[in-house]
Amino acid sequence: MDAGAYVLQVLQVLIALIGAPLLTGWVNQCRAWLQNRSAPPLLQPYRQIAKLLEKDVVLAHNASRLFRLVPYVLFACTVLACAIIPTLSTDLPLAPAADAIALVGIFALARVSLSLAGMDVGTAFGTLGARREMLIGFLAEPALLMVFFTASLISQSLSLATIVETIAHREFVIYPSLAFAGVAFTLVSLAENARIPVDNPATHLELTMIHEAMILEYSGRHLALVEWAAGLKLYAYSCLGLALFFPWGIPEGTGFGNIGVALPVLLVKLGIGGMVLALIETLSAKMRIFRAPEFLGAAFMLAVIAMLVRLLLEAPL
Amino acid sequence: MTPALPLLSQIINLLAAVLLLLSFAMLTQRRILSLINLFALQGAVLCLSTVVVAYTTGQTHLYYSALMTLALKVLLLPWILHRLIRRLNVKWDVEGLVNIPTTMLIGIALVILAFNLALPISQIAGTITRATLGIALAAVLLSFLMMITRSKAVPQVIGFLSMENALFFAATSATYGMPMVVELGIALDVLVGMIILGVFFFQIREQFDSLDIRHLEQLRED
Repeated sequence: MDAGAYVLQVLQVLIALIGAPLLTGWVNQCRAWLQNRSAPPLLQPYRQIAKLLEKDVVLAHNASRLFRLVPYVLFACTVLACAIIPTLSTDLPLAPAADAIALVGIFALARVSLSLAGMDVGTAFGTLGARREMLIGFLAEPALLMVFFTASLISQSLSLATIVETIAHREFVIYPSLAFAGVAFTLVSLAENARIPVDNPATHLELTMIHEAMILEYSGRHLALVEWAAGLKLYAYSCLGLALFFPWGIPEGTGFGNIGVALPVLLVKLGIGGMVLALIETLSAKMRIFRAPEFLGAAFMLAVIAMLVRLLLEAPL
Repeated sequence: MTPALPLLSQIINLLAAVLLLLSFAMLTQRRILSLINLFALQGAVLCLSTVVVAYTTGQTHLYYSALMTLALKVLLLPWILHRLIRRLNVKWDVEGLVNIPTTMLIGIALVILAFNLALPISQIAGTITRATLGIALAAVLLSFLMMITRSKAVPQVIGFLSMENALFFAATSATYGMPMVVELGIALDVLVGMIILGVFFFQIREQFDSLDIRHLEQLRED
């Protein structure tokens, strides 16, 4: 582990911090184009965050310390997740810090803390949002774990770096199980990022909202951090999907020459991923909240079948 | 790491996996129109996999089967089904007897059963596609489940047709396809069966004002 690896690690976090609002802006722009609306500027999320950072925080009288602490916890969790997921190289100093299961745990910590904050002030909306978030969370988590288990059955390791290395840099093999796992992962990440079939990220006024209901009481820099964390979460899930299912272009080494390859490839992949997300959101309608268990049940089932297919088709006879 | 299989047989495995995915998609689908489109897609995947098997093994008669699959199951039958539901005016949601999450859980159990059943058979078989036998069996069972859990006539017929797809796939993966005469016979059977069932739909609806099969259980001889 040389100094270059540490520089690369810092660079990866910086790119995540800067790139996350850009990704959100890009998805919004694609969606506006597809829906025949005039698109908001690409840099709109930055302006939003800058505006919110300038504003004062308005706190409810009965908001506890937890309520003020949660935006920072949330932000830290998502940044840590972005640092662990191999996006620029598979040989990063933080990669051994957490394997796939710990990563799910980090996401769970972020979810639980946000739900607690949603309930903290005691408004009806916050509690409602928090309950729904936990409903989605407890269904999405096992499916996500199953996806990771399928990938780890292939690479014989739960470390994300090893998984990426196995799929990207060994002999090219088609893994049918990864096709199932990929569909399952797409369903889970739609639900986890409060995207259209499960939740609508663009509304503050509907009774069906989940994520927005929890953060309704936040304002000023707290809201900026929460929104930034939401962008980072989308970025983290996108990078995770790319790392598990399209890992080609993530270099093994940590030399600076590799960045010249890794960064443009990452940008192109994220750009295409954002377009696909916008397309999915445009083509599907928002589900009733009680359809969500069915949606995530399908994700879980697909992930289980991915494991079965791995055992049957790809194991030696 | 195990040694990798040749690329073509990997492609066959991938297509088999897609076939299983489509079977599950059909099992959980609520709309009749999407169900028919999924059925056509399943036929297309079946056709593609037959072509790949034919190319890999050099069995020329499989090309004819693939062509027949394309003509019958991708083009003709979906077209007939589309016409039927337009004339019957049934685009409503498909009602299941069992709710969808439960159906999916039963589906997973069936897949595990099928994989276990197929494992000893695949070890005996000498074809390069032997690993896909479990998937073919699972697809057959899933189509069965679809026929059992749906109460309306049209989804049941689609389940029947998709079971025929799965059987064809099983034949291809276990023994490189059945003799041409048998395949032609089955294709004709399916086509004629479809036409007769189409007539039945109209008769059932005329009699009961509904395509719900449960009405047939109450028939009594006076």
